[in-house]
Amino acid sequence: MAEISYRDAVTRAIAQEMARDPDVVFLGEDVAKPGGCFKATVGLYEQFGGVRVRDTPISEQAILGAAMGAAMTGLKPIAEIMFSDFIAVCFDYIANEFPKARYMSNGQTKCPLVVRTANGAGSRFGAQHSQSVENWCMMIPGLKVVAPSSPVDVIGLMAAAVRDPDPVIFFEHKSLYNSKAEVPDGEIVDTLGTAKILRAGTDCTIVALALMVPRALEAAERLRIDHGIDCEVIDVRSLVPLDTRTILGSVAKTHRLFTVEENPRLCGWGAEIVSIVADEAFYDLDGPPVRITTPHIPLPAADIMEDVVLPTPQRIVDTVRKSLGS
Amino acid sequence: MSTTYDLTLGPVGSGLNDDIGEEKRLALFRSQVRLRDSEQRAFDLFLQNLVKGTSHLSLGQEAIAAGFAEAMQKGDLSFCTYRGHAHTLARGVPVEKVLGELMQRDNGLMRGKGGSMHLTSEEHGVMGSYAIIGAHLPIACGAAWRAQYRGDKDVAVCFFGDGTTNIGAFHEAVNFAAVWKLPVVFVCENNLYMEYTPIKDVIPIPQPAADRASAYGLERILIDGNDADVVYRTAQLAFGKARAGEGPSLIECLTYRHSGHSRADPAKYRPEGELEKWKEHDPINLYRERLRQFGVKDEVIAEIEASVRKEVDDATEACKAAPSPPLDIITTDVYADGGWAWRN
Repeated sequence: MAEISYRDAVTRAIAQEMARDPDVVFLGEDVAKPGGCFKATVGLYEQFGGVRVRDTPISEQAILGAAMGAAMTGLKPIAEIMFSDFIAVCFDYIANEFPKARYMSNGQTKCPLVVRTANGAGSRFGAQHSQSVENWCMMIPGLKVVAPSSPVDVIGLMAAAVRDPDPVIFFEHKSLYNSKAEVPDGEIVDTLGTAKILRAGTDCTIVALALMVPRALEAAERLRIDHGIDCEVIDVRSLVPLDTRTILGSVAKTHRLFTVEENPRLCGWGAEIVSIVADEAFYDLDGPPVRITTPHIPLPAADIMEDVVLPTPQRIVDTVRKSLGS
Repeated sequence: MSTTYDLTLGPVGSGLNDDIGEEKRLALFRSQVRLRDSEQRAFDLFLQNLVKGTSHLSLGQEAIAAGFAEAMQKGDLSFCTYRGHAHTLARGVPVEKVLGELMQRDNGLMRGKGGSMHLTSEEHGVMGSYAIIGAHLPIACGAAWRAQYRGDKDVAVCFFGDGTTNIGAFHEAVNFAAVWKLPVVFVCENNLYMEYTPIKDVIPIPQPAADRASAYGLERILIDGNDADVVYRTAQLAFGKARAGEGPSLIECLTYRHSGHSRADPAKYRPEGELEKWKEHDPINLYRERLRQFGVKDEVIAEIEASVRKEVDDATEACKAAPSPPLDIITTDVYADGGWAWRN
């Protein structure tokens, strides 16, 4: 065991997979010699060389298109899109190319690749460098979508994503890069499509993703200490495939559901989870499912404004208390 | 290595001018006739409402598909657009498979799951037909990157229309390929019209691809895309360069489509007499004359034309008799496990 940062976990994860499989290659803007805009890939160029770790022009379509062509013909590329907001300029690959090639070709075409990208707010970068856009990808048949909240999950889920035969969009959270946690030594490989119950509880289920996970955990702790409310906290981790069994099982036990989402409200991932629970576990519920989200606004840059719009532990505490009537 | 390109000869002084030989010339002719007859048949089947959806024909553009495909080796990869029937057929995909897909039958290349605009046959090196303008140029770069990375000797060949040269992905891909020296050959089929608007109305230069090549450090290559010999020679040179690790080529082929952009387009925007003028430079008539000039007997030519007609006729009948695809494949192959499950 060693304590490492979420940032260093990214490097370790990619290195683990590149060392294992010579077909794994890595490309993106400033990822090689500079070590990445967020310094999450420092040392990979030195370790694996410029043939496998390559800097590209600022050409997001070329990056994702090249990753796809390489994946179709036998490599396992990892492509970086520096900020997840930039997915908008290469969305054709995410929406039309990666996820539809296999289907349209009646199973002939494969596309085993990973797009890793820095998602989320907290850096005061404003509305075009701070969004949580996991819901943009969740809605597309053929993609898999992952968003880890801890260093060990970064490694395990990255390994699973690289080894997966389908295209995986891997959302790293900018505001988690500095967070640290204990990580076991040796190879770590996790499983896509598995949620994790991080804290067991009986009074309500709080489902969260990425940066919202530590906030949900903090809220759960305060709810227990200050208000005697015992929350179960689930880290969804993987939006597609979605581990509905873990969520439905938890709701069957606690009878209340809260989602904590950083994406703006309309069509956020929590809406799908609420819909599934309403459809399939309505009579398990003792009250309405409640979504705690960023409001339906572009993100403001200033710290005091950005801090207000994202779900905070306090807002989670207040919402849960009010909803449970305690 | 620098080569001079002549519009009507292709690469000048390459020593290839007399290299094509009768066997290859007959193959080039057969391929062009096969593309022409298949596309004409697709058009006829529309009129009978047996081809559904949309369709973008390459009538008049056969020399490009035939010339490049005949210069390719097994293992070389074709990346096509929604106007991809000809390029798919030219790699040897059976006519029945293509017509079956257009007619949305179970014998179609993708059993009706892709349709006219997405013909794919990886076993023939046809790595897909892409219906989002420009999307496949970066993808071809990726296939070429794999070849470079592994030391494979195949070439990625990417076909697109003149309109594509104004989209961002074109510029991203050509720059990327040039900087990484990728074994990819970009082939612009300039048929003078994007969809309905003449390409010359939307570019500040005379030639949409050739006049952009210098921006990426590439040679200016503009050739007669209706002369299969010129196309074939140019392709050979570009493939040789790619295989030798000397990087990409951007080739602009002048041609003309005899039909509208798609099924819905009667092409009324064309000035009077333009089509007729281009039909005087029809690739198949031109090549038939070429064969005669090289002493090929009329019986040989007639035999090729008859055997192609039979293949297309047989394919048509097979497709008419084929069933629709079964509905249980609607949910197959969304994910690599063969299914569509997104949750447990």
